[in-house]
Amino acid sequence: MTKILEFIDSIFVAAKAWILCLLGHFLPAWIVVLVSITISGVVILCLGPVIMMYLTLLERKLIGRIQNRYGPNRVGIWGLLQPIADGIKMFTKEDIVPANADKVIHLLAPIAIVVPALMIFLVVPFGKGMTTVNLNIGLLYFIAVSSITILPIFMGSWASRNKYSLLGGMRTAAQMISYEIPMTLAVVPAIMMSQSLATNAIVLAQAGGHGLNWFIFTPWGIVGFIIFFLCATAECNRPPFDLPEAESELVAGFHTEYSGMKFALFYMAEYMNAFTLCGIAATLFLGGWQGPFLPSWLWFFGKTFILICVMIWFRGTFPRFRVDHLMAFAWKFLLPLTLINILLTALWQFTSNLAAWCGSILVLGISLWTLVKLNRTFVPEKRHYPLES
Amino acid sequence: MIGIPLSHILIFSLLLFAIGVYGALVRRNIIGILISIELMLNAANINLIAFSKYTSLSPATGQIFAIFVIAIAATAAAVGLAIVLALYRVRKTVYTDEVNLLKW
Amino acid sequence: MPILEMAAKFGTYAVMAVILIFALGVVTLRNIFHCALCLAAALIGTAVLYVAFRAEYLAAIQILLYVGAVVTLIIFAIMLTEHLAGKTVRQNNSQSPLAIAGLLGFVALLTVVILKTPWPVTQTALKAKVSVMALGEALMGTYVFPFEVISIILIAALIGTVVIAKKDAPEERL
Repeated sequence: MTKILEFIDSIFVAAKAWILCLLGHFLPAWIVVLVSITISGVVILCLGPVIMMYLTLLERKLIGRIQNRYGPNRVGIWGLLQPIADGIKMFTKEDIVPANADKVIHLLAPIAIVVPALMIFLVVPFGKGMTTVNLNIGLLYFIAVSSITILPIFMGSWASRNKYSLLGGMRTAAQMISYEIPMTLAVVPAIMMSQSLATNAIVLAQAGGHGLNWFIFTPWGIVGFIIFFLCATAECNRPPFDLPEAESELVAGFHTEYSGMKFALFYMAEYMNAFTLCGIAATLFLGGWQGPFLPSWLWFFGKTFILICVMIWFRGTFPRFRVDHLMAFAWKFLLPLTLINILLTALWQFTSNLAAWCGSILVLGISLWTLVKLNRTFVPEKRHYPLES
Repeated sequence: MIGIPLSHILIFSLLLFAIGVYGALVRRNIIGILISIELMLNAANINLIAFSKYTSLSPATGQIFAIFVIAIAATAAAVGLAIVLALYRVRKTVYTDEVNLLKW
Repeated sequence: MPILEMAAKFGTYAVMAVILIFALGVVTLRNIFHCALCLAAALIGTAVLYVAFRAEYLAAIQILLYVGAVVTLIIFAIMLTEHLAGKTVRQNNSQSPLAIAGLLGFVALLTVVILKTPWPVTQTALKAKVSVMALGEALMGTYVFPFEVISIILIAALIGTVVIAKKDAPEERL
């Protein structure tokens, strides 16, 4: 029984090893290395778009349920072929480029935005031994690559020669720079406790204890997870942080002037970013691919999809932020909280008994209360004018 | 990496530095000058890394000084661009030869 | 595997060539926005070069700080100071021939110096690998004083930037 489970667990790793072993019999070693790289690359290049396509379906279905309607259900059973129909529609649409646009940059922007979104997949640990490239700076690589995403958005918004695009681009820059800082700092506690930047090592540091060693089951872990998840929602411009493409204010933000496949590429990058950010959140705080009975990759995808469903739930529930509230939330609330969290984690490394639990909950509670008090928006008191007569 | 001799890397970074100097000398736009300065700092960083990789100094030293250089470059860019914005607000131009009030 | 090593070597030379081409773009293009994008490309190329030098940590820092922060700042400044569909104005001043002549002499001189100098290249140094741990320990141990000075400079720059860039009139504060 355990043998079978282990086999299912490592089925993808085994399949790749088997192919390479087969090729190794009659091909020189350097071709086998190239083939190994190609296999990983092709798998990722297929996985990204497929995940994106079915995320759109999942989102439309769930949003439909939240809004008391069915969502797409005409194409295929349960609408399962809807993403393919959407893809065909996107491919056959006319590609419109504004007359005054900066043609080259306008073309490059959607291509350039997909590249970092796909590159992040390289360090996501999909299962036991299923990290594509086990970089020793994995997490830093993730942060660095996801910070490139700002540039293509700038390119698209500037090259469109459209005021709504430009406004959307400016808002995106402000938002992404601001939320990148708390996101990076929220990751630091997990790095401190696992003493490694490699994603695989972080997963292994949460092993054992019947799942109670997951970082989310500590005071600093839960705070870090919530901050990371909020910042992740803001980083991939999803509601309630979707100011860059706020339909009711800016038409469609930075991709106003894009149509057809170029628009689809922007869309694809957004959904792939949502997936990888949820995957990294699951890796950092929810124990990654660890869990009993089921194969490890299934655990990883399960946790990730639960997080994505929470993101979709956000979209169905919350109204959009206002710009100044958005910036104030990042700089005045999340940033101090992450710093306090890092300090707590440093203390946690020395003691982690009951007293430490109570103490850290107390400190976090006090700081949360103080921050909420300090961040309260000033509402002038209602003035009463006594009637004259 | 072993295959490339140190002198090739040094000549490469020298060329990069020279291009940066050229940009800083001939650009009219202040932002263009700032961009060229970033290129020059980048060339210096490549040199630091190459030396720490090829010679038997402490291998960490080069990287750490490169990190310091990057931090300084970031502050330089931030302060420089703030000055550019303040200048643009006052004089409505970012071209160096149009800001000649004190020149005679 | 000699073929892969050869490929890595020529790949590195190709990356260098690409960086130089983009650097030329930075100083010659007339559209300042294109210049900034060329700078971003050159910096990403440099990060790739760092990976080839086995300095992965620095490569990540390079992308995070230069491409993620500095280039974004520059593009932000360009957006605030340029007109969206403005006419292309002359970007270079008249010092170009003089600068080229002087820099050619500079490059020639330094090339001779570089080729003449016997660099103390050692095989042990080429094999050495710097872990992130070692970097962190050096940063917090040997170089803790410069590290603190850099922190102070960053804080000073932060405050100074805010003071310079904010509007003068006090009633117009954000």
